[in-house]
Parts: sequence; C-alpha cells; structure tokens
Amino acid sequence: MDPLLSGDVGLAEILIVLLKVVVAFAALLIGVMLMVWFERKLVADMQNRLGPNRAGPFGVLQTLADGIKLFFKEELSPQNADPFVYRLAPYLSLIPAFLVFAVVPIAGNFSGDNDGVVTMFGHETLMQVADPQIGILLVLAMSSVAVYGIMLAGWSSGSKYPLLGSVRATSQMVSYEAALGLSVATVLIVAGSLSTNLIVDGQAGGRWNLWMTGLVPFVVFLIAGTAELNRPPFDLVEAEQELVGGFHTEYTALRFAMFFLAEFMNTVTMSAIIVTLFFGGPSGPSFGLDGWFADYVLGFGYFFAKLLVFLFVFVWFRATLPRLRYDQLMDLGWKLLIPLALGWFLVVAAVKVAIDTTWNVAVVLGVAAAGLLLGGMLLKLAIRSGSEHRTDEFVGGDR
Amino acid sequence: MRVEMFTFLLAGLICLGGALGVVLFRNTVHNALSLVATLFGVAVLFIAQEAYFLAAVQVIVYAGAIVILFLFVIMLLGVDRADQMGVDPIVGQRTAAVVFGVAILGLSLVALLSGPEVVTGTPATTAALSSDIPDVNQIGEALFTDYVFAFEITAVLLTIAVVGAVVLARRSDGPVIDEDEFDGTALDALALEEPSDVGDPDQDTADGADPGSGADETDPDDLEEASR
Amino acid sequence: MIIQVPPTVPVVPEQLDPSAVPLAVPEIVWSAVAPALVLMIGGILLLTVVSLVRKPLPSWFHATWTVATATAAICATVPLWQRVQDNGASSEMAGTVGLDGFSLFVTGVICVSVILAALLLEGYLRREDLVGPEWYVLMLLSASGGVVMASANDLIVLFLGLEILSVAVYVLAAMHSRRTSSQEAGLKYFVLGAFSSAFLLYGIALTYGATGSTNLAGIQTFLADNVLVDNGLLLAGLAFMLVGFGFKVAAVPFHMWAPDVYQGAPTPVSAYMAAGVKAAGFAGLLRVFVTTFGPTYREEWMPMVAALAVLSLVVGSVMAIIQTNVKRMLAYSSISHAGFILLGVAAASDAGTSAALFYLLVYTFMVAGSFGVVTLIGRKGDGRHSLEDYRGLSRARPGLALVFTVFLLAQSGIPLTGGFLAKFYVIGAIVDEGLYALAAVAMLTAVISAFLYLRVIVAMYFAGPAGAEEGSEEPAEFAGPPVRIPAAAGLALGLALVGTLALGIVPGPATEVTRDATAELTVGN
Repeated sequence: MDPLLSGDVGLAEILIVLLKVVVAFAALLIGVMLMVWFERKLVADMQNRLGPNRAGPFGVLQTLADGIKLFFKEELSPQNADPFVYRLAPYLSLIPAFLVFAVVPIAGNFSGDNDGVVTMFGHETLMQVADPQIGILLVLAMSSVAVYGIMLAGWSSGSKYPLLGSVRATSQMVSYEAALGLSVATVLIVAGSLSTNLIVDGQAGGRWNLWMTGLVPFVVFLIAGTAELNRPPFDLVEAEQELVGGFHTEYTALRFAMFFLAEFMNTVTMSAIIVTLFFGGPSGPSFGLDGWFADYVLGFGYFFAKLLVFLFVFVWFRATLPRLRYDQLMDLGWKLLIPLALGWFLVVAAVKVAIDTTWNVAVVLGVAAAGLLLGGMLLKLAIRSGSEHRTDEFVGGDR
Repeated sequence: MRVEMFTFLLAGLICLGGALGVVLFRNTVHNALSLVATLFGVAVLFIAQEAYFLAAVQVIVYAGAIVILFLFVIMLLGVDRADQMGVDPIVGQRTAAVVFGVAILGLSLVALLSGPEVVTGTPATTAALSSDIPDVNQIGEALFTDYVFAFEITAVLLTIAVVGAVVLARRSDGPVIDEDEFDGTALDALALEEPSDVGDPDQDTADGADPGSGADETDPDDLEEASR
Repeated sequence: MIIQVPPTVPVVPEQLDPSAVPLAVPEIVWSAVAPALVLMIGGILLLTVVSLVRKPLPSWFHATWTVATATAAICATVPLWQRVQDNGASSEMAGTVGLDGFSLFVTGVICVSVILAALLLEGYLRREDLVGPEWYVLMLLSASGGVVMASANDLIVLFLGLEILSVAVYVLAAMHSRRTSSQEAGLKYFVLGAFSSAFLLYGIALTYGATGSTNLAGIQTFLADNVLVDNGLLLAGLAFMLVGFGFKVAAVPFHMWAPDVYQGAPTPVSAYMAAGVKAAGFAGLLRVFVTTFGPTYREEWMPMVAALAVLSLVVGSVMAIIQTNVKRMLAYSSISHAGFILLGVAAASDAGTSAALFYLLVYTFMVAGSFGVVTLIGRKGDGRHSLEDYRGLSRARPGLALVFTVFLLAQSGIPLTGGFLAKFYVIGAIVDEGLYALAAVAMLTAVISAFLYLRVIVAMYFAGPAGAEEGSEEPAEFAGPPVRIPAAAGLALGLALVGTLALGIVPGPATEVTRDATAELTVGN
C-alpha cells in the first residue's frame, strides 16, 4: 500500500495523486516521442542509413512533426465499418497502455529500510501512480484488455485484411499470455508479493530476480513479451507483404496515430515491467546518499539506464531477426515456452519449499532437474509420435 | 460511505446496462461487448468489497480469455450479422422466457428480502478480510488448507476439458450418417445403404409396390420414366 | 474453519514468508480417496501411454485397461469398507471427503457401470470404424468425478465432482463424430447440463448464505443448533439445488433432454449415462437432501421430491408407450425408473436410502444389459433402433432375444429378477412412512410400463412382418445385415444377465450390504 493513502485522505493527498498522474502521463508521452525517434535512428544506424535528421537537432522533433501531420489529416471511415466499434477500438488500445505504467515504480530510494518511500510536500508516498495489492496482476489484466483494441479494430473495419490481421494478433497474444503469466508466477514465488513496490524492494541490494529465478523466466518473459507487443520478429499481425498493414489498415489520421502511439507506449511499458520484475527497477547502490538526490535523481537514473537497455534490445531484435512463420510462432509458444515456463515454475517452487523447510536443497534440486528432464523427454516423444500419427492420416495410411 | 454508495450505483448501472445490452442488441459483437461491460462492472464491485484478487482474475479470465474466445468464434464463423430474430423456433418461446425470467427474479427477491436476518452473518470460512494481509495470501491459504481437495480435483476437470476439446475438434473422415435417414423402417435404411437396389429395375418395381416407402419412391420412379 | 492467522502481520516480504506464518495443512489420507485416485490415475496413464507410443495400440488394449482400472477401484473399496464397518464413518481432507458405507457402495455401482460400458464400447468402436483411447479415458475420468460426487462432504467438492462427471459425458455423447444426431445430442446435453449446473451452483450459494458453510456436516450442525427465523433463503437454495439434481437424474419436469440425448448418443455411452451418471446424481441427491437436510427440513423438501417422483413415474411410463424407437423408449423408461428411485429419496429414511441404493445397483445391470442388446441390434451406423428392427429377432438370434427378454422383464418388475425386489423395497420403504398414495401411483405405473416392455418382447417373438395384417401367421423375417456379437459385448451381456438374475434369486448379500451402506456426516479433524 502507498503510505500516502493509509491515513485520512484529504485535499493534499488528492492533489499529490493528481500531480503524479499528470507527471506520469506527460513523461510517458514524451518518452514515446523519443522512443520513436530512438528506434528510427538506431535502425538507420544498423542499416547504414542516416535516419530522420531534418526536424530539430538530430531529427529529434521528427515524431512531433509526424503527429501534427496526422492530426490535420482527414478521418476516413470505410463503408462497411461498424461505426461505434470502429471509433471505440483505438481507445481500447491506448488506455490499457497508459494504465499499465501506473504501477511501475520509476524512482525512490530502496536502500536500507527506505522501501522506496519518498517525501513529497511533507507527505510520504511512493514514486508510482498506484501500488495496488494486485500490482502485477493489473499488468496482466490490462494486457488482456489490450487485445480488444486490436481485435475490434480489425473486425469493425469491415475489410478482409484487417480481419485476418486481428485474428492472427488475437491468437498470438492469447497464446503468449500463458507463457508470460507463468514466468511472472515464478518471480512472484521469489518475491512473495504481487505488489510492484514489494517486488522491487525484495530485489534491493543486487538480489535481482534475474538470477534469483535462474535466468530462464527472464528469457521466456522477454520472448513472450516481444510477442505480446506484436513487435518483430513476431509482427505477423501487420506483415506488410501479406496483410497490407494488418488490423489498422483502414485507419487514418488521429485514430491511426492512437494505434501507433499505443504500440510504442506498450514497448516502453513492457521494458519498464521487465526492469521492475527482473532487474530491480529503480533500486541500486545509494553510496550512502540520502534525501532528494537519492530519492529522485539516483533512483530515476538507475531506472532509466536499465530501461534504455531494453528499449535498445527491442530495436535490436527488429533490426536483426527475420519474421517467424505462423506455425513456427505457435510451435514456439505452445511446445517450448509454456512447458519450459511451467517446468521452471515447479522447480523454483520446489527449491523455495526446500529452503523454507528442512529439506536438503541439493537433493531437491537434483530430483527437480531429473523431473524436468524426464518431462521434457516425454513431451518431445509425445510431440514426435503425435506428428507421425498426423502424417499417417494425411498420407492416407491406417488411421 | 457516500463514495461507496456512488461506486456501487455506478458499477451496478454498468452491470445492468451491459446485461440488457447482451439481450437487446441485434449484432452479436455488440452483445459480446456488452457482456464485457457487465464483467467490468462486477470487477469494480469486487474492488469495492476489497476483493482485489477476484477483481483481477475476473478481468483476466472472463474479459481476457472467455469473451475473447466468443469474439474469435463470432469473427471466424462470420455470424456477426443479425440473424432472423423475428421468428420463434418454438411458439410462445418469448412469452415463456419472460414469464420464467420474472418468476425466477421474483423468487430470488422474495428469498432475499423475506426478512432482515435471512443471511446468518456467520463469518466466511476464511478469516475476515483485513487490509494487513493481502487477500491473495488468504485465498492461497484457504486453497491449500480447507479446500485442498477441491483445488486438486479441479485438475481432472481441466484435463477432461483439454481432451474433450481436442477430440471434438478433430476432423472425422468417412461418410456422414444422418440419423434422420434411419427414422423410418429398417427397409428404408437398407435401401439407402445399398444403392444397388435402386439400380436394379426389377427391384425398383417391387419397391414401388411397397406402400410403406413414401416419398423416397418418387425419385427412382422419375428416373426410370425419364430413361424410358 | 477459520484459519488461524496472527492478528497483526505487517506487510513486509520477510514476514510474508510461508515459514513465518505456519499453514495448518490438513492431513492428507490418500487411502480415503483411493478409488477415485485409481480411476483418475488409470485414465491419465492411459492417455499418457497412448500419446507416447509410435504405432496405435490395438483396440482391446484400451478396453482391457479400462476394465482393469475399474476392477482395481472396486478392489480398493473393499479394505475401506472393512475400515468403515469396524471403525465407523470418517471424513478426510479437511472434512471435505466423507468416507462411509454409502459412498463406497455408490463407488462400486459406478465402477460396475464403467466395466459394462467399456466392454460394450470395444466392439462398438471397431464396428463403427472409430478409433481412439479418448473414449475410455473420458469414461474413467468421468467415473472418478462420480466417485468424488458420491463421497463429497462439501458442496463445492460435490459440484466439482458433478462437473467432472458431466463434462466428460457431454463429450462422450458427441463423440460419434460422423453421426449428426450424436453431435446434436452432445450439444443439447451440454447446453442443458450447463444450465442445470448453474441452478445447482446458485442453490449452493444461497444455502451458503443461509447457513454460513458449504460443508455438509457444518450445515447439519448449524441447522441442528439454530432455528432460522426467516428460512426463505435456505428454502430457495434447496429448491434450486433440487432443480439442478432433477436435471442430472432426468426427473420430470426436468427430463426434456433425456430422450433426445439417450437416443442420439452412441449406445454404449447411453448405457453409461443411464447407469453410472444416474447413480452418481442420486448419490448427490441422497447425501444433500436425506442426510444433510433430512433431520431438519424434511417437511419442506419431501413434498417437492414426491411431486417429482409422481410426475416422473407417470410421464415416463406413458410417454414410453407411444415411442416407436427402442432407444427413445428406454430413455423414457429410465425416467420412470428415476421416479421409483425418487420414491426411495422421498421416504427419507434409512430403509428408503437402502432401497434406493439397491435399486441403483439392479438398475445398472438391467439398463446396461438392455442398452447392450440395443448396441448390437443397431448394427453399423448405430441407426437401427426402431421397433420394426426387432421383428423376428427370436428367429435370427434366439439367444440375444432371450437375454433381452430377461432384461425387459426385469425392468418391468417380474419376480425372480432383481427388478422386482428393487421396486418392492422402494414401495415398502414409502409404505413404512405412511405414504400410501405414492405407493399406489408407483404400482399403477409399474403396470403401465409393463405394457411397453411386453411390446418389445412381442415384436421380437410374435409379430408378423412389417406391413402384414394383424393376426397373420406368416413368421417375421429379421431385416437388415446379420447381428454380430463381439466377445467383449457378449461378456458384458453375460455379466449383466448374471447380475440381474442373481440379485433377484439370492438378494440376501446385496440387501445386507445396502443396509450397511448408510450415509453419515462426520466433522473433519
């Protein structure tokens, strides 16, 4: 719980919350603007091009120029569109992207007993818009709501390619949500809480979940997260060569801008979630410092540095990896990531129980590894004989 | 208290509006979206009761998975245009539905409002909710203590669901057997199963003399006349 | 019931460690749920094995596995039965699983129905060119749900058991994927079944609101210690639960699904539905109404159950007479039998419960045998079920005709068969309670339904060919391809025949067992 709201809630508390909302909103929008520029510049560098360089220094205002252009364009609506849903869809895409950011701690001093609490105008509070008990579940809930935006955009356009794109997107996002959730569950076992503040607090002092959970959940989360974002190499949703532009083909002007904005906003928030879950968020060595510098500057510095790494990684993926085929996408999700995440979850749970009780950790680890190996082999065998049976059916042998 | 009342009224309004939308809209996608509105209203009510975990699960499971599946099916099957809703398959269906609906509502209301002390007020089987311990922890404890057996056998239910879904989705080869073909006498079924009977002219006349065969006879007769 | 939690635990990760807050984990007595476990593990192992092997296994393997698993489950009940008889009933798993004679007996009945249905299924699947161990897997898992339901000591466990039982059967009903009527049956059963589950769940919720517990023993204790001033909530809960159970056991007026589903489903599955699913449904009904609410609320629910019983008896037997499809006729007759068993419930006495249990056992043999014969007569396509298709069976397959005659006579309640004693005990139980009107209705409908069974027997033995005038001396010709009896199906028919006759001629052991199979609610440790 945010200490701000634990006592009586008066005008001052409400104003502080409002301030936090406005700051987070503005910061996210500016962040997205810079992210678009960052991505275009970086991809250009990797492809030996210049990238945007006209608007502002190093072309940094290019996104703003694009936004203004889209703002003044004409709103078109296809004849077969379902008018209400067609207008609703962009908002359903944008709002969850904003809400997720509300639970991300972006600053605060987590060293010692500070627990990330900062003092703002004489009131103790956390450097995140909200810290609900269900913290990380809110992220999962919002990512499942975000599916609606894409799905309804494709359907309501009344056009074939958007529909195909949205059906692809939905099945992809629903499939990878399982792997995503399972790797988050592993983090939760180690953290012992759903609250993002407590998750970060538990990682203070370098006890990052990255190694506390044994690296595998992070890898699964990164892959599944990329798929959730529909970013390359999982961008089958808007594969230009196959689907024109995917679910937002028919959208123009400001409504298109909203989808565009939501996509990059999701990239930023997903990176922020990764930093929060696995890399200790804004926590880091405080060098004995205290007060506003450690609270705001240092905390935000750590957070931003970690965030930048993942923003770079996502762009890097885009620039280097070829797009997956649809069946490869589903195979990767269902036959590798989900079983792996589930198996690892069980191993971490077993080790946690062993540490909490008097069991011998080494023996438990050995048994768990053996079980994981056996399960994997059985799964592989079952998948192979399953595909053999299927081949028999197609070739026309005995069923 | 005013805040709570306001939240309750707003969420209740969203729930009821959504529920009415599910019934009244003509377009199936709009129906599904109204259902989402209802589910969100319920989630808000859960939050008002400080059942945060339930609220999150409500959104993740119902809005995020179940209604998505509805929409998926609606889109893939292309049943998103309004069906012929004007005709009742069964006469008096609508009237009966209204009567039963009102009756059930009345019964529930009578049961709930029949007296001030119908609900015992006996505390729930878990400890009373307190803000000190997150409800996730309390639910987890209840699942692994009092309800451990119920929790574990849910696995069997899920296994059945997976097996059933895979089995029913598997395409079947071989001819489709329409039961209606067998509704008459066994002789009819025989004639359908062995087409050689139809090809043989002698057999055809014999069948034509059979009064029990009915409408099926017209086709081979017509064919025979045409061939002559 | 209330979890002991230290009063103030500050929210910091160190304190949230499970080691800091010790959990009162209940003692898990695996042996108490051994029969259900055997069925579950058997089903899942079968699924695992067949998914690992490269070449499809022969079809007899699945059936043998299923029969062996069900037999093992029956064997697992024997030591438990001894324990219950010696030490009395107990409840395990934090009081959610009741271990008493009643649950063990119903477990046995369900396993018998699985064995019979699996034996019938083996030949059926080969005849219909269907493959897949999934039939057997689903049947085993479904049976485990029935067992859980029979031994449930908590309304939530009861509901989960019911769902495990039902969902598997919804799929089984639709699994003859080439027959359109099978798919229709599956869909109908699923929609109406889900609807009735919702009723049951709503009833459970209202009961929980009125009593503050979902635990049956807890509810019983609460009602014994307290008098509810306004019991409207509880009565509504009881009514909704009765509707839910009424759907599951196909009691009129909640029977509409039964004829269509029994007719459309693959015939061995119909046999399982009529025998196993019905037994589990009645187990739940008896446990909740007779055992839990019997001492305190008998006056309130008894008239409702009696009304269901009378309606089922009358509608079931009258509607059965006008059917020309034998499968549909058996469906209506099973509704009428449900009426008889409901009479045992309405008696709300130990004798009534014992009579209902005896009826369930006998009915399992009778109905599985009857549907077994129908499976064979249906022949390829599972479509020859009209009364006409039975003409002249006595000449084509005299043995089969004789066996079917025995099953039908047993269902009508002819002495020397189990059916007679079953009806006799039920009527005796309600007469003991002074419900003479109900007994009169039961006897009247028994006479009516005897007519319909005789109709089938006449068709098999005495009727002339189709289209011939009445009284024609020309013997009937059996139409269609010859009837083949696979060995497994023959075994199933033999077992059912032995069961039906043995229970009629030597009823002693079975009646003693049903007398000992009392339901008791005990508070968990």
